[in-house]
Amino acid sequence: MTGEAGRKAAAADARRAGQVPVPVRPRVSARSMYRLHGVLEPRAAYRWLARLLDRRPVAGRLFTRLERSVKSELFGCQMCGQCALPVTGYACPMTCPKQLRNGPCGGVGADGSCEVFPQLRCVWLEGFERARASGHALDLEVLQRPVDHRVWGESSWVNYWQGKDADLWTTDPAASPLAGSAASGPGQR
Amino acid sequence: MTGVPALEQDGEPGTPSRLRATLESGRFAVTAEIGPPRGADAAVVRRKALALRAFVTAVNITDNQGACTRLSSWAGSLAAMAVGVEPIMQLTCRDRNRIALQSELLSASAVGIRNVLMMTGDHPRLGDQPGAKPVFDLDSVQLLWVARMMRDEQRLLSGRTVKPAPRVYLGAVENPFAPPVEFRAARLAKKVAAGAQFAQTQYVFDVRGFDRWMSQVRDLGLLEHCHVLAGVGPILSLRALSHMEQRVPGVQVPSEVSRRLRGVAADKTADEGVAICAETIAALRQIPGLSGVHVMAVGGEDRIPVILELAGLAPAGADIPGPVEPAPVVADGPVVAEDIVVADKQPAAHGLVGGGHAH
Repeated sequence: MTGEAGRKAAAADARRAGQVPVPVRPRVSARSMYRLHGVLEPRAAYRWLARLLDRRPVAGRLFTRLERSVKSELFGCQMCGQCALPVTGYACPMTCPKQLRNGPCGGVGADGSCEVFPQLRCVWLEGFERARASGHALDLEVLQRPVDHRVWGESSWVNYWQGKDADLWTTDPAASPLAGSAASGPGQR
Repeated sequence: MTGVPALEQDGEPGTPSRLRATLESGRFAVTAEIGPPRGADAAVVRRKALALRAFVTAVNITDNQGACTRLSSWAGSLAAMAVGVEPIMQLTCRDRNRIALQSELLSASAVGIRNVLMMTGDHPRLGDQPGAKPVFDLDSVQLLWVARMMRDEQRLLSGRTVKPAPRVYLGAVENPFAPPVEFRAARLAKKVAAGAQFAQTQYVFDVRGFDRWMSQVRDLGLLEHCHVLAGVGPILSLRALSHMEQRVPGVQVPSEVSRRLRGVAADKTADEGVAICAETIAALRQIPGLSGVHVMAVGGEDRIPVILELAGLAPAGADIPGPVEPAPVVADGPVVAEDIVVADKQPAAHGLVGGGHAH
């Protein structure tokens, strides 16, 4: 998995992927991302910006494009619009070929390789090690609710600042997989 | 053999899970895996189930294992029930979105299937139709969670009520040996939090490694909510060994096991594999808190009685058949030979040793 041959094999794996996501090793340290997250936490100014971007389609599109290019470069972001990075050691679970949200599958090779693309490293193994090294191992134990496939392509930052993704995960085992209260209906975000 | 689920009890409180009763009674449970055939023939499943009836609490019916098209797990489950063997219907997230998964849970309960084992599933790329579209709309934790909500809160993921709620005993899988090994007990904890009541593991060849994982499982208090069955299986040929080493995702065969298998005469490999499997079971029984074993010998189901007898788990007075395949007892069609012997050259030659659990 190392050296020029390994890189070539990995690139060949990636080329054959087609529509299947390919595990991406993040290009930035988890530590710096945990720090950055502190800066990006919802506050009045961001909420104002998010509301503005929601109302101005052109500005909203440009902002979303910016988010896409930054996050795809750093994490291989797939633009699911419901970002789990803060609790996955900043390794994107949507780059897992099975897009698992709750941790690695049982098919990880003894060398840490992905079941589907053996030349590449399991993204969840990456995420676990990054989270643990930064003292965030418990993050991976939250229960991640099912992905809402209507949200793909949206800016997860705008959604985050407006509190729309508050139900993405829970630490309460008695909670329901249904987002929001029963009264608010399914998939209300 | 009692407890044959009766179809007349559709929609009524009906037959409880015998697997659940066994596990809750504290008796050591034995389950075994049956791979349905690649063919429109349920007789194969009935024959295999019947041969195992005296030896097991329940049989797993795999769900298109190895991402290769087979008879479905619900049809296989009904075939097992027809000969009085309780099925554990496997249900993977690979081929169905959330609508279909919830429907499967309702349907399974409605026809009397009481145990459902939920897992992510092998990726289609590993199967015989690698161009298939992978679904994975839910992951295994989410599926367990939804199943628990359907049963306990009588609600679907739409928020709508479901009446009557499905009555299913919820099973999960875990692979104690796949990296990150330190996270594997925590991953089972997530599944238990989501609703898992029993768990079967991937093949165990390394008993000490399994023991370490079990002690973490005990320390997390998971055994108060979930019964753990260790996955075991015989390696019956050297080809099966290399298949297991190279092709079954997440399975690691310790060098000691491969040395033993390679160290005997070619015609003794199967016997050695059976002996290793029985020794593994006997060693596993010493591990505190383990509720049972799950024997995966897809394609070699006829060896299971011998393995259990060697491990001291065969019921008294049970007729132990030899390794020769007995004639079909219930048959309305030809037995599919590949299910006994096996195809090679396929991307996943699962008949030989079984595919292992599809994570």
